[in-house]
Amino acid sequence: MPLRSSKKDQPDLPALKLLANDIRQDVIRALVKAKSGHSAGSLGMADVFTALYFHVLHIDPKKPRWIERDRVVLSNAHICPVLYAALARRGFCSREDFINGLRKFGTPFQGHSNTHFNMGIETCGGPLGQGLSQAVGMALAARHDQADWHTYCLMSDGELDEGQSWEAILFAGKEQLRQLTVIVDRNNIQIDGFTEDVMPLEPLADKWRAFNWHVIESDGHNLRQIIDACEEAKTIYEKPTVILAHTIPGKGVDFMERHYEWHGKPPDPSEGRLALRELRSLAGQVTSEHE
Amino acid sequence: MTSPLNPHLFDADVEKIPTRNGYGDALVILGKKDPRVMVLSGDLTESTRAHLFREAFPERFIECGVAEQNMLGIAAGLALSGKIPFVCSYAVFMPGRTWDQLRVSVCYSNANVKIAGAHAGLSVGPDGATHQALEDLAITRVLPGLTVIAPCDYLETKKATLAAAKIKGPVYLRFARDATPSITTPRTPFVIGQSLVLREGQDVTLAACGPLLYEALRAAQVLETQHIHAEVINCHTLKPFDEETLINSVKKTGCCVTIEEHQIIGGLHSVVCETLSRNHPAPVSAIGMPDSFGQSGEPQELLTHYHMTAEDIVQAAKRVIKKK
Ligand SMILES: [Mg+2]
Repeated sequence: MPLRSSKKDQPDLPALKLLANDIRQDVIRALVKAKSGHSAGSLGMADVFTALYFHVLHIDPKKPRWIERDRVVLSNAHICPVLYAALARRGFCSREDFINGLRKFGTPFQGHSNTHFNMGIETCGGPLGQGLSQAVGMALAARHDQADWHTYCLMSDGELDEGQSWEAILFAGKEQLRQLTVIVDRNNIQIDGFTEDVMPLEPLADKWRAFNWHVIESDGHNLRQIIDACEEAKTIYEKPTVILAHTIPGKGVDFMERHYEWHGKPPDPSEGRLALRELRSLAGQVTSEHE
Repeated sequence: MTSPLNPHLFDADVEKIPTRNGYGDALVILGKKDPRVMVLSGDLTESTRAHLFREAFPERFIECGVAEQNMLGIAAGLALSGKIPFVCSYAVFMPGRTWDQLRVSVCYSNANVKIAGAHAGLSVGPDGATHQALEDLAITRVLPGLTVIAPCDYLETKKATLAAAKIKGPVYLRFARDATPSITTPRTPFVIGQSLVLREGQDVTLAACGPLLYEALRAAQVLETQHIHAEVINCHTLKPFDEETLINSVKKTGCCVTIEEHQIIGGLHSVVCETLSRNHPAPVSAIGMPDSFGQSGEPQELLTHYHMTAEDIVQAAKRVIKKK
């Protein structure tokens, strides 16, 4: 269920914070068993996914294809472990099946997320740069039907190297798609190194503004800020909004944080144990009730 | 049974209409029938004949500018939200430039997107090699779940467009630019996935798609005067391919010539050879682009240069008959 405190629509931030931690642990457990997959981006976006799936989105796990639902397009679908973990915790699929089945033959938890299983995933992702165009199409459909639902597109910063991303950004600015919000995982890494070395993106906010978008910069690990940014986006009527979510790749696991080497590899069992120990104690701050 | 062919087909002043006009006219009919139909264009609205839809249903027309990859992705998003988008560009750009988007955003998610590739084949003539799509059938037919259709004339294009809207799933439709002869009539049957025998014969099968079907029918007439009875099949749907009609024909004739305005590699020739090698091996010869790029010239000049005329088909038929 959405985690809201007694005051209507106010997020229960302490509970969300614990939940983000649970999601990170599930990601680690699944990646260890999968023996392949993408660690850094999945951990880095855990807070954004928690904010979306447990506060922001209008969705119903009992009706994954509910026509009025908000849509989430995960464009950089290699971080699908965190999507699966969030969907499982929210009740769209079995948590146990996800942890045991990630990237395994015959399971819905494919190496890149896809639409073929009725569990709340809207698009097939993988090749970078394709998600935003599809999200634009969804936002256009909503506007055409005068429907209220909102489309969220989650992208990596590395995939802003792709020309198609900018075609879509140009188009959405032209169409003033206010029912579209993009969240960029601004973690400054991509496979070959730091984004500013591989293909500099800065000044990134200015680029989006020049394409007629409303830009919000946010701490991608501050749940309050993420939720506020999503709410602000809905109040902007003449433009689509991009939230540049500044995240730390590998967030929550000390030996992974900021190391781009962890982009595309999973922890081995002993690294996994180390990571889980750190996450369970919330870096020593809190003792979790969970195992 | 009434003949499925235009009775004036071999008249010197046979009616000629561009196939793409059939697409434009069908879009307007579809727009009236189904509010889910939307049309997207990449700055080629009039030449793809989408302007007729734009005039009739401006609120369902989306101008995407010169950005085909984004356009196809938008179409996928619309389709995943319940719309039936028809996406218009030139075949060299779409599927040419958008193969990855077609593969992942459209086909892998089985999005209900209809892709119209106009100006395919040699009929863009003077524009030259860069604008002559001769590889589009090859790169579309390898994609799982994608229906691939190359209609032969105006009426068949209209029927194919209407039929494409009725099936759920992605469809690629290929059009030519120039006015080409009206081969079929309003009563000629058209069913996606069912080839049509237009003329029966026992000596050689001529399997054709697109406007070159006219050259195949002319060749059959010439062959008849030389006492060679050719069977002509309109193979408008390359995928799913009607294997049965082809196999039954070649069981009777023992050999085949494929005829297409496309590279010999990967298109109808490949479909026919794959089908026959698995089911009923027989000699097959090919009329099509011989693994080369085109060049500027009048369409008829190019067809002559690349050996795609009725006379070339006659020669190919005689050669393949000898291999039986
Ligand atoms: Mg990155």
